[in-house]
Amino acid sequence: MSRLFDADALQEIIASREQWTREELERVLARAPERLPRFSTISDLEIPRLRTPANTPDLDYLRDLGLPGQYPYTRGVYPSMYRGRLWTMRQFAGFGTPADTNRRYRYLLEQGQTGLSVAFHYPTLMGYDSDHPRSLGEVGRCGVAVDSLRDMEVIFDGIPLDQVTTSMTINGPAGILLAMYIVVAEKQGVSSDKIGGTIQNDILKEYIAQKSWIFPPRPSMRIITDILAYCTEHVPRWNTISISGYHIREAGSTAVQELAFTLADGIGYVQAGIDAGLDVDAFAPRLSFFFNAHSDFFEEIAKYRAARRLWARVMKERFGASKPESWKLRFHTQTAGCSLTAQQPVNNVVRTALQALGAVLGGTQSLHTNSMDETLALPTEEAVTVALRTQQIIAEESGVAHTIDPLGGSYFVEWLTDKMEADARRYLDKIDELGGIIRAIELGFPQKEISDAAYHYQRQLERQEKVVVGVNKYVMEEELPIPILKIDEEVERRQVAALQQLRQQRDNEEVKRQLRLVEEAARDGGNLMERFVDAVRVYCTLGEIIGVLREVFGEYQDPAML
Amino acid sequence: MAEERKLRILVAKPGLDGHDRGAKVVARSLRDAGMEVIYTGLHQTPEMIVATAIQEDVDAVGLSIMSGAHNVLFPAVVKGLREQGADDVVVFGGGIIPDDDIPRLAEAGVSQVFTPGTPTGQIIEWVRQNVRPRG
Repeated sequence: MSRLFDADALQEIIASREQWTREELERVLARAPERLPRFSTISDLEIPRLRTPANTPDLDYLRDLGLPGQYPYTRGVYPSMYRGRLWTMRQFAGFGTPADTNRRYRYLLEQGQTGLSVAFHYPTLMGYDSDHPRSLGEVGRCGVAVDSLRDMEVIFDGIPLDQVTTSMTINGPAGILLAMYIVVAEKQGVSSDKIGGTIQNDILKEYIAQKSWIFPPRPSMRIITDILAYCTEHVPRWNTISISGYHIREAGSTAVQELAFTLADGIGYVQAGIDAGLDVDAFAPRLSFFFNAHSDFFEEIAKYRAARRLWARVMKERFGASKPESWKLRFHTQTAGCSLTAQQPVNNVVRTALQALGAVLGGTQSLHTNSMDETLALPTEEAVTVALRTQQIIAEESGVAHTIDPLGGSYFVEWLTDKMEADARRYLDKIDELGGIIRAIELGFPQKEISDAAYHYQRQLERQEKVVVGVNKYVMEEELPIPILKIDEEVERRQVAALQQLRQQRDNEEVKRQLRLVEEAARDGGNLMERFVDAVRVYCTLGEIIGVLREVFGEYQDPAML
Repeated sequence: MAEERKLRILVAKPGLDGHDRGAKVVARSLRDAGMEVIYTGLHQTPEMIVATAIQEDVDAVGLSIMSGAHNVLFPAVVKGLREQGADDVVVFGGGIIPDDDIPRLAEAGVSQVFTPGTPTGQIIEWVRQNVRPRG
C-alpha cells in the first residue's frame, strides 16, 4: 500500500475547504460572479473550480501511478523518457509524384527530422491504381501516388532504410505497402529484420471514423492477423498496427470517446490475434497507438496518462499478458487538424505549439505538428519548416523535456486522469455488452456517438458557448493571404503514363501467376503477407492485387446514417 | 395561400475521401431547419450523385469534398445534371477549396462554395434565398 493521503489529513483538508468556501469564496462570488455559468472542456466535460487531495482520496502511488517504465506506466513507458532520447519528430508528408515526395523527404531529413511518415493519395488508400476511373482528379492530391514497387523505389531513393524508421498511413492495403517497403529495403541490401517503422493497418477505425475501407470487417481482420503472424517471424522491429484515435477525434468525438473507441479497437485486435492462435506476448509488444493532440491542454494530457494506465490494466488483467512489453502503450501524436482555421491562418502556429506541448507533457513517443496552411491545402515547405521548428523549440528551449511527467501529482491532473479512465471504462463495458467492437461497428454505435458529439460541438460554437479565435470571436474582415502548395495537374498525366509503361515492361506472365497465388491464398487461408511480398517483387500493382481480393472478399457497405 | 412544399436537398460526398464530419453536420443542420435532406454516404461518383438527385427529385445538391479533386468532380456533377435535363437543380459545395479555385467552379455552374469555418446558419440562409422548389 502506498496511499498518498491519510484519512486524518483528508478530514482536515475537507473541513478547511468548507470553511474557505463559506468565509472567503462565497463572499468573493457575491461581489464578482465567475466568468461563465459552467466551465467545461472542448469535449464538454465539466471542469470543477478546484481540486484538492480530497477529490482523489484513494490515490495509491505505486498502484495508480508507479515509476516511469513501471506498471501501470501512468508516468511514462520508459525509465529515462526524454532525458534519454527525445520523441521522434515525424512529419507526415507526401504529395504529387514519388519523385516530388522523395525531394520533400530529403529536405525534411536535412532539417533535422528524425523519422519519415508517408501520406498516400486517395486511390492508393482505397486500393485503386492511378489509371482507374475512380482515381480521376485525385492523383497525387492528398498524398503521394503509389501504384507499384517502382514508385516506392523512387520515394526512398537515397534514403538508407537501415537508418530511418518509416511510418505509413495505410489501412486496407497495408500489407501490400509493407511488402513493397520490405522489397525496397532488400534491394538496398537491408534485410527485413533490420527495418523499423509502422503501418497504420487499423481498419476498425476506418469503419468508425476515417472511412477509407475496402473489404468488410471480418476478412479485413483476417488480413491483419496474417500480417501479425508474418511480422512476428520476419519483421520483428515493425509496429504492425497503429491503433488510431486521431481520426476518431477529427471526426468530432470527445476526448473520452477517442480514448475509449481506440482502446476498444485495440482489444478487438488482441482478441483476433488470440483467436487466430497467436501467443499474446508474441505480437502485443508490436502494437502501437496514435492519438490526437487537441486544444484543451489538460484534458489531452490526462487522456494520454489514462490511456497508458488503462491499456496496461487491460493487457494484464483481461488478456493475461505476462511480458511488460505487452503492457506498454507507446504512441504517436498528431496535433488536431480540425482545430485549425482558414481565418487568420498564422494563429494556427500558436494552436499547434500548445497542442504539441500537451502531447510532450503527456509522454508521446513521436509527434507530427500540423502546418499553418493545412485548412487550405497540403503544406508548403516554409509552413512545414515552422511546424518542425515548433517541436525543436519545445524540445530544446522550453525545458519541459528535462524531467519526467512534470504534471504528475497535480491534484487536478490526477483527478482528471482518473475521470477519463473511469468514463472510458464505461464505454468499454457498453461495447462488451453489444458483443465486441466489430458488432458495435455493425450496429453503428461508435459512429453515432461521434456524429452526435460533432453536432453538439457545432451547436455550441454557433451559440458562442465555445470560442474559436478568428472564427466566432475576434473576427477580422481583411486577411492577408498566405502562399499555398499547388499540385500541378500534370502529375496525374505523368503518373498514369509511368504506370502504363510499367505494365508493358514487366513480365506479365509472372504477374498473372502471382495474382493467382494471391487469390488462392485468399480463398484457402494461406498467409497473404507472404503472397504480397512475392507479388509486389514482380511489379504486380496495388490495384491488381486489391482487385483480386475484392473478388474474393467483397466490399464494405457503410450504413451512412446521419 | 398554399404553403410551399419543403425544400429537398441532396447532401453528397463525391470522390474517395472519407471526411464526412462536415457533410453530416450540414445535413443535420438543414434538416433541423425544416428541409428534407437525403445523404448519399461516402465515395460517390458524379454519375451516382446525378442518378440519386434525379431519382429523389431534389431541388439542390450540396457537395462536400476534402481531397482536392473538386475541380474535376464538381463540374462533372453539374454537367451530368444538365445532360439529364435537370439543369434547374442548384449545385453548391464546400470543403478544403482554395480561393483561387472558386471562380473556376462558379464558371462551371457551381452556385456557391462554402469554405472552412462557415457557420451552418449562413448555409441555411443561403439555401433559403437561392433554392426554390422545382415545378
